[in-house]
Amino acid sequence: MLVILTAVGAMAGLTIVLSLLLVFANKKLYVFEDPRIDIVEDMLPHANCGACGFPGCRPFAEALVSNNATPGKCTVSTEDGRVAIADFLGVDAGSEEKRVARLACAGGSNVSRNRAVYEGISSCRAAAQVAGGGKVCSWGCLGLADCEVACTFDAITMNKYGLPVVDEEKCTACGDCVDICPKDLFSIHPISHRLWVSCKSLEAGDEILEYCEVGCTACGRCAMDADNNLIKMENNLPVIDYTKNSQTQKPIQRCPTGAIVWLEPDGSVTKGEKSPKVLRKSHLPILNS
Amino acid sequence: MTTTVVAKKTFAHGVHPPTHKDGTVKREIRQFPFANVLIIALSQHLGAPAKPIVREGQEVRRGEKIAEASGFVSVTMHAPVSGIIKKIGWAPSLTGKMVMSIFLESYPASGQTVEPSAPCDVNTATPEEIIAAIQEAGIVGLGGAAFPTHVKLKVPPDKAVDTLIINGVECEPYLTTDHRVMLEQQDDIFMGIRYILKATGAKRAIIGVEANKPDAILSLRENIPSDLPVTVEAVKVKYPQGAEKMLITALLDREVPSGGLPADSGSVVVNVATTAEIGRLLPLGRGIIERSITITGPGVEKSGNYLIQIGTPLRYALEQAGLKKNATRVILGGPMMGFTVSSLDVPITKGTSGLLVLTDHESQLTIRKEYPCIGCSHCLDACPIFLNPSRLGRLAKFKQYDAMAGEYNLMDCFECGSCSYVCPSNIPLVHYFRVAKGIIRDKKAAS
Repeated sequence: MLVILTAVGAMAGLTIVLSLLLVFANKKLYVFEDPRIDIVEDMLPHANCGACGFPGCRPFAEALVSNNATPGKCTVSTEDGRVAIADFLGVDAGSEEKRVARLACAGGSNVSRNRAVYEGISSCRAAAQVAGGGKVCSWGCLGLADCEVACTFDAITMNKYGLPVVDEEKCTACGDCVDICPKDLFSIHPISHRLWVSCKSLEAGDEILEYCEVGCTACGRCAMDADNNLIKMENNLPVIDYTKNSQTQKPIQRCPTGAIVWLEPDGSVTKGEKSPKVLRKSHLPILNS
Repeated sequence: MTTTVVAKKTFAHGVHPPTHKDGTVKREIRQFPFANVLIIALSQHLGAPAKPIVREGQEVRRGEKIAEASGFVSVTMHAPVSGIIKKIGWAPSLTGKMVMSIFLESYPASGQTVEPSAPCDVNTATPEEIIAAIQEAGIVGLGGAAFPTHVKLKVPPDKAVDTLIINGVECEPYLTTDHRVMLEQQDDIFMGIRYILKATGAKRAIIGVEANKPDAILSLRENIPSDLPVTVEAVKVKYPQGAEKMLITALLDREVPSGGLPADSGSVVVNVATTAEIGRLLPLGRGIIERSITITGPGVEKSGNYLIQIGTPLRYALEQAGLKKNATRVILGGPMMGFTVSSLDVPITKGTSGLLVLTDHESQLTIRKEYPCIGCSHCLDACPIFLNPSRLGRLAKFKQYDAMAGEYNLMDCFECGSCSYVCPSNIPLVHYFRVAKGIIRDKKAAS
């Protein structure tokens, strides 16, 4: 009996001593942290995507509370969510233009040829290690869906020709697809940038048409037609200066291949009057050589 | 006459793939015909691409300099044939990336004699002059990695090299060029050793040869010049015995530290064909314009060892060597570490040691269903640098790249392929590792 009592007494004594230590530590070593940070973090979408430019939701919440950022930077939360945070903190919600990922390749399997069959791990990164994959165009999309896998928000789906299609609604511009693409085809752009060059081939001349019907031939017509030096030809590709007014469909009209396009808000693509329409619904055969 | 050499020296672990060398090992190196248009890639070595110093339409003579080194880790290019520069533009390379290349149309009527130039004498030249002459000659590692040789020979001032190792192992199946070079170009090899010993300040040289080349070992031993501190050592037949670090371990019983260079263990390793080129070109002051390669495999008609012009497109090489109907896969280099090409417009580069053509039958053997890892640890017993490929493979599947690079030392992997070779579940481990290494390098570059 005494043994049990001794044990219970010892444990109770120990508990009291240690709890006093904890009480002391809590009072003396307390670090003040704005309680609003926790509340704001809870109001954020917890996607930790990094689209705001901060490493995750917690650092963004800290920046919001210390007034180093506006709630509008978070492109993932809804309009109501942003206003709620702004009201809570008593700041202006701030508006950030929605940004989305854009793909600089239109060479699906119905217009762009392969010259070898890749057999191996089904991943663009892996295919790019084996002679750059089977595609003839060494700059083009390999179509093995690394971006679709990487996308946290299900914003990227592969179409039936093996090209990723970005859902502008769902895209939060987090940049995961930009990092994973071995061919660097994705870039993040404000949603208003609708004039778009969907080709990255550095080759000049009509040879490109042998293996990709929608590739840029570096003819320079778009640069010539654009007003105000909007488009410049650099390394055999048109480069659009988005600091100027790019809300014009004029440069796309005479494109002989349809490499420069106008991206409609509904996800469809408008090509110029002189650009050939792509009607083929089947995959192109392997280039015989 | 059959001779055998007993070899004891080797490294721990490794694999024993069938060698497949019998088809070409007895064939002497023969001259390969000149292609009409040669494609000389400006970036066929590791490091910065060379800078072209010719313009389109210009006539060049064989051996003339057509591109100069654009930095220290870069080498000169020379015209492999007399002819006209057709254009300077994009051409496919073996990695699949398009690279800037010089398209050179050869003159069928030209005698194709090589330009005379300023020689570099081994007796009078200083080490710096020899290193500069090697860069000027455009010499890179001919074993396959194509690392500029002069960079390797430039020993950092805080390190000392006591031993030069000449790598005549040639552990890749199918390839026999180094074997033929050791039989046919011994004077060049010994001359090259003189140059490298002087450039690096090493006191002795060891030629490491696998025991399956007894004729090369014995004849090299017989012909060593009396004033040269060279020994010829036989090493066990095992893959990857020819890897730099494995050869140092086998011959010197020293280990190169993780992330270190051979110079950290007091040695320099140079491929035997590279050594022969140094010994042949430097006394004449010429640049490297041709190299010997093995064209072999079940898919070619006329397999053999050939002296081929750098820049010869594969299409032309395979037309001349004769392609069988059922040939489906072309590999530059050996089957273990070589590159499968996706285009026949890829040219032969300085780093191409072999051209292996497989037929449908062999290609099908390599395409096997991948099963889950059963934890048999065969890969652990195969890995020559004692990594844990099994664990690394699982981490790769779950994209745990930080753990792979940190705790499991993925970056030490030199992609020899032994783990994939032994895996009973057919897991393409090395392929996963190469993808992971690419992502880790990207992350490092971004941060």
